[in-house]
Amino acid sequence: MPTDVEQWKSELYGTDIREHIERFAETGWDSIPEDERDAWFERFKWYGLYHQRAGQESYFMMRIGPPNGVLEPGQFRTVAEIAKEYSTGPAANPEFGNGWLDVTTRQAIQLHWINIEDVPAIFDALEDAGLTTMQACGDSWRNIVGCPVAGKDEHEHVDALPTIHELNDRFKGNAEHANLPRKWKVSVTGCREGCGQGDINDLALEPATKTIDTDERSSSNNQNSPGSGDGEAREGFNVRVGGGLSRNEPRFARDIDVFVTPEQAADVAGGISALFREYGDREDRYNARIKFLVDEWGPEKLRDVLQDEFVDFELHTAGEDLRSEYSYNAGEAAGKHDHVGVHGQPDGNNYVGLNVLVGRIGADDALDIADAADEHGSGEVRLTQRQNIVLTDVPDENVDDLLAEPALEHYSPDPHPFMRGSIACTGTEFCSLSIVETKNRQVRYARWLKDNVELPAGVEDFHIHLSGCTASCAQPQIADISLRGMKTRKDGEPVEALDIGLGGGLGEEPQFASWVTERVPADEVPGAIRNLLANFEAQRADERQSFREFVAARDDDELAELVEPEETSYDDPFMHNTKRTWYPYADEDSLDDSPAPASPDGEPLSADD
Amino acid sequence: MATELRVLDDGAWISVDNQRRVPNSDIWPLAVTDFCGCETAHVVLEAFTDVGVDRDGVSVQAVGQCIDCGTEGALDWLAVGRVRDGAFHPYDPAELRPRLEPGNDIR
Ligand code: HEM
Ligand code: SF4
Repeated sequence: MPTDVEQWKSELYGTDIREHIERFAETGWDSIPEDERDAWFERFKWYGLYHQRAGQESYFMMRIGPPNGVLEPGQFRTVAEIAKEYSTGPAANPEFGNGWLDVTTRQAIQLHWINIEDVPAIFDALEDAGLTTMQACGDSWRNIVGCPVAGKDEHEHVDALPTIHELNDRFKGNAEHANLPRKWKVSVTGCREGCGQGDINDLALEPATKTIDTDERSSSNNQNSPGSGDGEAREGFNVRVGGGLSRNEPRFARDIDVFVTPEQAADVAGGISALFREYGDREDRYNARIKFLVDEWGPEKLRDVLQDEFVDFELHTAGEDLRSEYSYNAGEAAGKHDHVGVHGQPDGNNYVGLNVLVGRIGADDALDIADAADEHGSGEVRLTQRQNIVLTDVPDENVDDLLAEPALEHYSPDPHPFMRGSIACTGTEFCSLSIVETKNRQVRYARWLKDNVELPAGVEDFHIHLSGCTASCAQPQIADISLRGMKTRKDGEPVEALDIGLGGGLGEEPQFASWVTERVPADEVPGAIRNLLANFEAQRADERQSFREFVAARDDDELAELVEPEETSYDDPFMHNTKRTWYPYADEDSLDDSPAPASPDGEPLSADD
Repeated sequence: MATELRVLDDGAWISVDNQRRVPNSDIWPLAVTDFCGCETAHVVLEAFTDVGVDRDGVSVQAVGQCIDCGTEGALDWLAVGRVRDGAFHPYDPAELRPRLEPGNDIR
């Protein structure tokens, strides 16, 4: 039997949802029929609107997905203005105030506390700026991710941006691909370092070179090839399918032995998306992601079905990839770990990556950053998969002035490693699925670690990712220290806790973390990290051994011995059940004190549940 | 009218008549259960996988973990509330469950 979600989607989905959003916005929150709310909120996701968790009724999270995280000149300012005007809630966050934007791990922006009544005005402002929330959530092509400095980096094999734009233009708002069995996450990368993180996406196009013989080539697209003879080396992409982190079932995308030229990329990506549409499991949402279909079929069958049913030209076998060069998050001291700092562009300008702690930028700060981007660079702002931002096209003579901007004290191009390495998901602040508080906790962890823990010699990058549940939005399994929300008992009382995982990372040989120490009370996690690092320093083979190598050389039991959770001077204000509040930081935080549902001016509407 | 029940948002909550009535992430003490070796299992429900109704009792299937011993597993039909005169009354998760399995005749 199809699920209710599938039933609703088959009745109305895709671009048809828009007029209903506008209708409800016109007549107000209360006008959304009470017996249709589940269906409408499921559909709204397709337009990037996600109803916030229980206790926050009538407020939505809104996600804006710029392809590859590239915000063209002016677009970041537009988002900042929208955040300032509309993204304020009934209570302030003690770290971030009221009115901010969140940079996400898939190069998108999330706004919170959005009222349905304000959505049409926001859509208009976004569209005037060339932005959209379409398919930012829901069962379709999500925001396409990739190397955040595509087209701006000296280490590039091919510039993937034209391909990303082609895919985005073809598959956003495309009725054929609007209703898939589940979310569809795509990464397209042209850089040599592997920072597109293709391995953890449903579909990954990764840089490769293929010698295509002239016969093969002319039969596939009927052109005369320039370098005839034995064959011609073409730059393009190898294709991998079925990666993802969620539900305790992490998978790396699997090699299906297909190379595509940039001209073929959209046809093949569309073929795979159509294959997913037809063969993905619509009966069971837990089994729906394509990673499970790849488990069931294996990559060979997937390739065969793709060839037989979904593309009408002969697929090339895989080309030569660059995976052995992948240095991004590869665990080596020399590798690139993020895009923070000042880096040269091939055109002689510079890009300047700024650290954004847990991805959150105050609206006023964002406006200052938009000014700085305009004044010292081209105005373009890019979002990274480490929840950071990059200002591009800064001429040499402007670099010092940019670095002197007051906003860059906090959003630093040269942050402390513990600030730089921190990622956190949404957690109990807004998310229905969460088990624990995340962002404010991670901010406090990073500060405490910075003030109290010396990093061992040679360790300049250290990634700590905190996810509030197994959905893994903060990508914990590919960090140096992986943290995942749980609960435990301490002094007889249930408290928020974290599982601690070690050994994760990307590179030529990507690895998921192994959860070596589970259910550590959240207030003992900073002590655990301090002790682990001290044990690493004392026991590492020599100063060149990286943390990842050190972890890889030990089994889980040995590692568990080294973690040693402990209370310290760190104080955790979120040990209670933060999910059972209407807002974890409100003075009166109980669900009964919730002002929701409320109208856009904050006036509570008669709550009936 | 029949009560509409569904699991939504990847198992985050149980919808009863289009309202979010039972959230994940609470700890449910279970007295008589083979979920784990603890005398009383204290299971944090991480995600719901199904919901059903038997006469007036609403029960769920869920995945969870005992916060004391760490055993992970699936819960088969845990009663989470009842329907009386068309209105849903959730059980207080903190209350001790007398028993875990309400029987196989559910749905
Ligand atoms: C049904 C509940 C949800 C599930 C199962 C879920 C699952 C996931 C997963 C698996 C990822 C990506 C990890 C990867 O790349 O493989 C992700 C991304 C993300 N999710 Fe969720 N999520 C849920 C709800 C939410 C909600 C309600 C919020 C916020 C209000 C949220 C915030 C995020 C963020 C910030 C990201 C990263 C960025 C992005 O997709 O652009 N998630 N989610
Ligand atoms: S990892 Fe879990 S808690 Fe965090 S945002 Fe994703 S679904 Fe919510």
